[in-house]
Amino acid sequence: MSKWYRENAPITADQLSDELMRLKRGSVTRRHFLGVTGLGLATAVLARQPGLFNSTAFAGDLGTQMSIATWPNYHDPATFEAFQAATGVAVEVNVFGSNEEMLAKLQAGGTGWDLFVPTNYTISTYVKLGLIDELDLSKLPNYDAATETARFTNEGVVDGKTYAVPKNWGTTGIALNSNKIKTPVTSWKDFFEIAMTEADGRAMVHDYQLTTIGNALVSLGFSFNSIKPDELAKAEELLIKVKPHLYAINSDYQPSMRATDAWMTMCWTNDGAQLNRDMPEIQFVLGKDGGEIWSDFYAIPKSAANKAAGYALLNYLMAPENAMKEHIANGAPTTDSRVLKLLPADVTGNKIVYPDEASLTPLEFGAAVTLTDPGRAELMARFKSA
Amino acid sequence: MPAATNTKRNLVTAALVAPAAAWLMIFLVLPFIAMLVFAFGERAPEGGYQAAFTFAQFANLPTRAAAFWNTLVLAPIGALACLLIAYPVAYYLAVKANPRYRLILVSLVVVPFWTSLLVRTYAWMYILGSRGIPNLLSVIGIEDVRMLNTPGAVLLGIVYGYLPLMIMPIYVSLEKLDRRLLEASADLGAKPVSTFFGVTLPLSLPGVMTGVALVTILLLGEYLIPQLLGGGKVFFIGNALVDLFLQSRNWPFGSAIAVTLVAVVVVILMVAMRIAFRVAGTRQVDLV
Repeated sequence: MSKWYRENAPITADQLSDELMRLKRGSVTRRHFLGVTGLGLATAVLARQPGLFNSTAFAGDLGTQMSIATWPNYHDPATFEAFQAATGVAVEVNVFGSNEEMLAKLQAGGTGWDLFVPTNYTISTYVKLGLIDELDLSKLPNYDAATETARFTNEGVVDGKTYAVPKNWGTTGIALNSNKIKTPVTSWKDFFEIAMTEADGRAMVHDYQLTTIGNALVSLGFSFNSIKPDELAKAEELLIKVKPHLYAINSDYQPSMRATDAWMTMCWTNDGAQLNRDMPEIQFVLGKDGGEIWSDFYAIPKSAANKAAGYALLNYLMAPENAMKEHIANGAPTTDSRVLKLLPADVTGNKIVYPDEASLTPLEFGAAVTLTDPGRAELMARFKSA
Repeated sequence: MPAATNTKRNLVTAALVAPAAAWLMIFLVLPFIAMLVFAFGERAPEGGYQAAFTFAQFANLPTRAAAFWNTLVLAPIGALACLLIAYPVAYYLAVKANPRYRLILVSLVVVPFWTSLLVRTYAWMYILGSRGIPNLLSVIGIEDVRMLNTPGAVLLGIVYGYLPLMIMPIYVSLEKLDRRLLEASADLGAKPVSTFFGVTLPLSLPGVMTGVALVTILLLGEYLIPQLLGGGKVFFIGNALVDLFLQSRNWPFGSAIAVTLVAVVVVILMVAMRIAFRVAGTRQVDLV
């Protein structure tokens, strides 16, 4: 599902093209253009490499295109447009619904991805399977480990080597349309009950074993990461009981929620913030009985065809000014204190994005074993084919 | 010099066949052999394939019984629904339509193929979604109707997507139908209905069988329509395969299912061909 990320382009894209036209007409200087579009820093970094400021040599070194594998609705489209304007490298965006799918593609080979966005619990497996490279931090001068929050970023480091740097953290909660669902939903137990009653035929679960099985486990009082056969069997029983009442099994739930085809869904922080921003009746709640807290990372596949461009985009994304715009657009909380300082108060004060610490206490980080456990994979497949 | 001519002729034949043979070898036979090898292997601990010789994957097939059942029921139902709609259309095009406009009308059947099925299926998602038909229904007071992500939506998508593939073979077999046979039937006192069932329908059966086999076989591997219009809840073998390769990374089991599916398709194709040939064959004799 490769697509150019142009839809929902915010106003900044228009401004960018205006500025680009002014630059082309010669009404503004290149310096002005780089300043107003936030491309200055990237250019400054790239300029340290001899010959790169010259755009023809530049294109020769970075190529003209690269590919990133990421999640639905996870980037500001203007970011990639600005990156292309600065470097001449067009970014092809591939979106996925689960980490398993990304792993499967990388295992099969020939993805052509130069950068991808794995979640915390998968990185140790990627390292073990030799699918990702240790990052050359000298190529990422914009990344500063000292300003990162270790709680969210420690899984990017395996055996003292940095294999992945953080994109943002987040939670997996419940989004519900309060115009349609009047009963309060405060837990995963509520979620599955309402899915079979008030939201019959209108609730969605992810097409993703970690969260769908994990949240079913949580609703039954078990650990989000359980791989115990008896607990998984109970979760399977619940999921198969709920299945006829579901609207869909799909990780790309924003379109259905926006069209009010679906009234309630398992939902990641960033999607919750985006939905709530555009449709205030859609609320985002965390399960008081538990659920997932996560952080997503950027990593470079060993098989990347255009590593130079992968590093260039990663370094561009690590610049606090650029990261800030990404965070405002996609609504996920940052792991980087430099970015946090730049973010406007209405973002940092948003309880969906930055919830109270107490509400995070019952949440669990995904465990590496869930990614490769055949029991969970088979359960998910049985649930879907039931 | 007959020997030399023969050699030359053989060389020409070989040269003409070689590209197709190489193509089939590289893109059909070799992948199929790989699939067979995988089907007897084991899932590696982190997913993928690891060498082994076991029938465990085939023993595991019953766990996907629901997917096989859905597919083996919905594929013929879909093909039958296509047939019921396609036959009158093809009949009209071949027999009733004004010959001056026939070419245009036939082209119109093919026009949807100019747009990707994915895009057209997304259009159906919109039409069946809350902002589409249910929205119109709410205007006349019928609230909260759900059409998308139901088996009915999948069937609709199937009929919509595969209709042209059914119309074309039937149209072709009806179009070359000898009109004098219809006139003879009428001259001998048959009513239009008995002419249709006694002459037209039997003569078009090869086209019908081709259409049904074509649509059924393609439907057996369908993935897109159940995924988009069934919300991932109406599960076909195609969806099971995607899950096995892209989620659980169980290549050997996925290969075993794929091999089984190929076997099923071959059987269906053989039966369909036999029926089609027999029907065509006997009629041919009658005509002579």
